[in-house]
Amino acid sequence: MKLVKLFTFVVVLTLLVQAHGVTPTRAQGTVIKIASHSPLSGGQSQPGIAIKNGVDLAIQQLSKPLNDLGFTVELAPYDDQADPKVGPVNAQKIVSDKSIVAVVGHYNSGVARPSSVIYNDNNLVMVSPANTAVDITDRGLPTVNRVCGRDDAQGAAGADYAVNTLKVKSVYVINDKSVYGVGVAKYFVQAITAAGIQVLGNEGTEEKSNFDAVLTPILSLKPDLVYFSGIYDQAAVFFKQAHAKGVTAQFMGPDGLDAPDTADIGGDAVVGLIYTTTAAPAALSPDSKQFRADYKAKFGQDVSAYGPEAYVSTAIVLKAIEQVIKTNGGKFPDRKAVADAVRATKDFKSILGTISFDAHGDPQVATYYVLKVKSADKTLWGNNEPVAASKVNSPLTPKTAATMAATMSMTMSATMAATK
Amino acid sequence: MTFPMRAANWTWAYIVRPFSQIMLFVLGSAAVMSLIALVVTFLFRTPASRGATLNIDLFDQLLKQLPDTLVDGITIGFLYAVIALGYTMVYGVLKFINFAHSEIFMVGGVVGFEIMVRLRDGGLLSTFSPILLILLMIIGAMIVSGVLAVVIERFAYRPLRNAPRLVPLISAIGVSLLLQDSVRALEGLGRNQFNLAYPTDSVPFLTKRLPVGPNLTIGVTTIIIVIAAIVMVLGLNYFVNATKIGKGIRAVSQDQVTASLMGIDVNQMIAITFLVGGALGGAAGVLFGLKAGNISPFSGFIPGLKAFTAAVLGGIGNITGALLGGILLGLMEAFFSSLLPFFPSLGTSYTDIFAFAILILILIFRPTGLLGQHVDEKV
Repeated sequence: MKLVKLFTFVVVLTLLVQAHGVTPTRAQGTVIKIASHSPLSGGQSQPGIAIKNGVDLAIQQLSKPLNDLGFTVELAPYDDQADPKVGPVNAQKIVSDKSIVAVVGHYNSGVARPSSVIYNDNNLVMVSPANTAVDITDRGLPTVNRVCGRDDAQGAAGADYAVNTLKVKSVYVINDKSVYGVGVAKYFVQAITAAGIQVLGNEGTEEKSNFDAVLTPILSLKPDLVYFSGIYDQAAVFFKQAHAKGVTAQFMGPDGLDAPDTADIGGDAVVGLIYTTTAAPAALSPDSKQFRADYKAKFGQDVSAYGPEAYVSTAIVLKAIEQVIKTNGGKFPDRKAVADAVRATKDFKSILGTISFDAHGDPQVATYYVLKVKSADKTLWGNNEPVAASKVNSPLTPKTAATMAATMSMTMSATMAATK
Repeated sequence: MTFPMRAANWTWAYIVRPFSQIMLFVLGSAAVMSLIALVVTFLFRTPASRGATLNIDLFDQLLKQLPDTLVDGITIGFLYAVIALGYTMVYGVLKFINFAHSEIFMVGGVVGFEIMVRLRDGGLLSTFSPILLILLMIIGAMIVSGVLAVVIERFAYRPLRNAPRLVPLISAIGVSLLLQDSVRALEGLGRNQFNLAYPTDSVPFLTKRLPVGPNLTIGVTTIIIVIAAIVMVLGLNYFVNATKIGKGIRAVSQDQVTASLMGIDVNQMIAITFLVGGALGGAAGVLFGLKAGNISPFSGFIPGLKAFTAAVLGGIGNITGALLGGILLGLMEAFFSSLLPFFPSLGTSYTDIFAFAILILILIFRPTGLLGQHVDEKV
């Protein structure tokens, strides 16, 4: 009995000592952490891991100015599992860790929306590499920014290509009922209807395995184009089943399809698939060549969509932190100051071009690409053929010669000529 | 029937008669349901369509979609029937609903995927004739799922056999969650991917479509599913009604105590029941994977629930009932969901509601199901 009591006492004592060591990290330290928040497990993990790796590589390559000022920079990766319930829970953990001064994430707009409210309430800046839903920034939160494009322009770009280049006469639209999917589908349908093309159906489905019910009307209505507004883990299965059932329509989708696993899951069904994306393909971003080589050397595989965007987001954040430290006399950066510095970013030269944020956190000019899948081999995803590209101003950026873009559509040859 | 029977009698009793009964039932219910659907859509011809810029005439639309709807309904109906057999057999013997069956079904699908992918990666896919490949996948899945079911019974249900009814039920739900996450972990660690896509593209035979009449093509996978399901049902019928072990199982399901007094090893019979039920579930998993093109750790949940509904619809505890319920549910669901896109404020996402509404209605108005359960005789 006495021995048991002694043992219990020792155990409790050890635990207390341990607990004392795990106090909430205080802001006054020399370790600055940048959190990456994306799906690291599950069906949408491919772009999520690319995002985390992009942040990791940026921290590794671009922290020198901060190291010279006496700070070390670390990555704090978080897995939101593409689940709008998990994101805010992780966000609470992130904001309570005082050494985290910025978040680079998310991949899913539906997860970013509730999580960004938590970041904003704690003045923690978020720079998104991939969230394209319009109300991410339209809410006017001062700490929410993105380096990618918006869905109102993306839906319109897809519709433009379908109507003017593919010359389709009828369209069937399906969305995945997420914030993102419903948003892109809405803008796509708007643009298609404005062009006078028939929309034969506008369905929402969360089904992941058995698309019979969705495919039956498509088979009988025979549209020219089937647009699936969703993420690749669902869309690729849908296209595979549609192809197996003999649907011969042109397949199309938004940037949720931009992942090598689309080819892996969809196989032959997705050869010839057209998708719009805000992630620049390798062929059209020559400045990113060194980055892509470094990524491959460090992680052993080619970078896929939103890795470069995450790299750029982190670069912007690091620069902002550096500015804040220099102006506050070498002290640990305050979150609000970092958020303001990020928002004030103007003419930032990155591997993806020059970026300036507008008053809502959108990049002033964003580029939208339309790509065609060439092969069912997932390692050749980076070789998908760009068939169109357009630069579009954000809604708050006036179209002037100085900002360099009325909505221009550049043909492939013009772009290739420019980048040669 | 006395043993041994003349070969002709045997063939008649266990192959021809049940097969023709199944066919009659399938075609009959398809005809009746088509008629009902046609009449209903004739009376309500033009609902305002939602989001589409088209005025749809429901009746015309249904006529155009009818062949596809029927094929889809029958295919998924047979799938539900085979899965329902697992639920019904266990209930018949133990009066207990094995909620882990949906995950056993999913594990079968994963095994089929693994076999196919490893063969493909080893470059051996083309050396197998497609039929042999399918057989290999199904048998592999049946073995793994069957053994898994027996192991689950031994460790999660047998110790609780005398506990109040709720306890093994909770245990079953726990096993179900355990299996889901184990497969998720295994596939996640091994492939970092748990959308397991069946590489059916690599086998050209499986992607063929056969033209059957004007406007209708049937995929080879559909035919495989229907044939496999019928073979399994006929096999099960023979096993339960003509073999000694089958007789033992029927005895245990009628009265466990008396059966043990007659010298039947009750534990062994129950284990065999789980083995057979699990094997059927595993085979259904492979068929489902072929149909849907992919399997994930969570794709067993909804089909399992619907198959359970089918078993209840037909009369849980009754093997014929499982088949009946499966076909009926599959057909009804197909008809319902083919018309949903054309109704305002609804859409295909409401398909599942139908199956579960049926479950609720059955439980309220006819809890013993269409065929009723094998009733114990209390003396």
